[in-house]
Amino acid sequence: MSQSPNRGRRHFLRALTAAGVATVLWPRAGRAAPDPVITRPIPSSGEAIPVIGLGSWITFNVGSDPVARDACAEVMGNFFAAGGRVIDSSPMYGSSQDVIGYGLEKLGTASQVFSADKVWTPFGADGREQVEKSRRYWNVPRFDLMQVHNLVSWEDHLPMLFEMKAAGAIRYVGITTSEGRRHGAFEQVMRTEPLDFVQVSYNIRNRDVEKRILPLARERGIAVIANRPFQQSALIDWAKRYPLPEWAADIDCANWAQFLLKFIVSHMAVTCAIPATSRVDHVRENMGAATGRLPDEAMRRRMIAYVEQL
Amino acid sequence: MSGWWSYRLSDFLLFSAQTYYRLFELYNQAVWPMQLVTLALGAGVFALVLRNPPWQGRAIAAVLAAAWLWVAWAYHLQRYEAINWAASHYAAGFAVQALLFIWTGVIRNRLVFRLGVSMTTRAGLGIFLFALVVYPLIAPILGRNWMHAEVFGIAPDPTVVATLGLLLLAANRACSGLMLIPLLWCAISGATLWAMGSPDAFIAPVAGFLVVVLVRWKTYRLAKNRPG
Repeated sequence: MSQSPNRGRRHFLRALTAAGVATVLWPRAGRAAPDPVITRPIPSSGEAIPVIGLGSWITFNVGSDPVARDACAEVMGNFFAAGGRVIDSSPMYGSSQDVIGYGLEKLGTASQVFSADKVWTPFGADGREQVEKSRRYWNVPRFDLMQVHNLVSWEDHLPMLFEMKAAGAIRYVGITTSEGRRHGAFEQVMRTEPLDFVQVSYNIRNRDVEKRILPLARERGIAVIANRPFQQSALIDWAKRYPLPEWAADIDCANWAQFLLKFIVSHMAVTCAIPATSRVDHVRENMGAATGRLPDEAMRRRMIAYVEQL
Repeated sequence: MSGWWSYRLSDFLLFSAQTYYRLFELYNQAVWPMQLVTLALGAGVFALVLRNPPWQGRAIAAVLAAAWLWVAWAYHLQRYEAINWAASHYAAGFAVQALLFIWTGVIRNRLVFRLGVSMTTRAGLGIFLFALVVYPLIAPILGRNWMHAEVFGIAPDPTVVATLGLLLLAANRACSGLMLIPLLWCAISGATLWAMGSPDAFIAPVAGFLVVVLVRWKTYRLAKNRPG
């Protein structure tokens, strides 16, 4: 994929903004700069993105509540300051897109974000308009990634998205599913369409995609975003009842969030995981999974064995 | 929706419990002191049931229509829709119910709310008074803020439950049709609160179920007592 003439300027602006946000949230006195984040390349372009992103399902759907919107903006600010870039949303998520746009404007980080959204309508003719409506909510010049949500009317939306990509209106095209639904159709689309991204559910207790979809993604050069890394908090709430193993420190995990996230992003086919949260302390924990050592295959097997015997 | 059997109730929940109850807090703050007006109207409905003047049916139908229309606009469209894209459909349903009350009760004067000696009518009055008096207390009883209180004529659940209670007092067949939308809402609300893990998730569905049982009992008794 050829470089956009504005890409160098965008990188410079992102670096400046990150430095600015980091300075605000990490005052000079007594705080070290955040550790460099681990990135993975998007296979279709080579562009590197951090391995931990930010989901917005439920957590950012706070309507017009000014207090809650500011709280979400604070989460975003801490996310960016820790080196995060990928934020994922959908028209299905209520007011989440609008809240993200509010946060981006308040923080001045629209140029820093890797914006990932979805088209979600059963009517093919409405897809383009919905994408534009979503873009206005985010108030970004264009989306980095646009995905067909849960394969709804993908036969109509994918050609439209590829047209938009060719015209430069979006940068990447993808499809999503969750909780193992429609994997047969999902694989078929992966095999036949020139996708840049797929988004699937993947975590230490739901590893179904390891059998076919993750290997297929590697084979086809498709980036993978892992959604529901904590199974909507059910997994992490369950895990927290048990002690974190001492050897978690060997992979620089200080808590269960980092343990669970590092398992996901240590799979070579996974590009990014997108845990959702409305709490600053949780987003900082999550971003900790994007630093330090990642488990190798032996450690991944050890992690699985430990969780399975709990 | 492919693979519909794989979906859980929580997969359809679009917001957190915190966001949901915060919505009520902001709503109550915004419309205060309208809660006093709707409670006074509810008390007026109770008085009309007891006194039973000739224009009672029209007046109560008008109050109910106004309550359902207000909830459709002020709650579903103005607030709930911000976090739940289905709220515009709920608003339409509530508006239809209001129009049904206007047509059946106000224009055609087909509704009379009689407090008789039967178990059904007394239970109906009890359900109405529960919705009017007890529902606002549920939030503080469960440890939530007073500003999360749900009040008849302001919030959907007590408005719906109060309506079902009153319809048990009404003495004609039109009431069965008037119960459909309220009963549907009891199921929707119960499912939403259940998915949120709210301890009061059972209240609206149980009220709806009780009303259905009482209607069936009333129909059975009428058929049994029919001469010949």
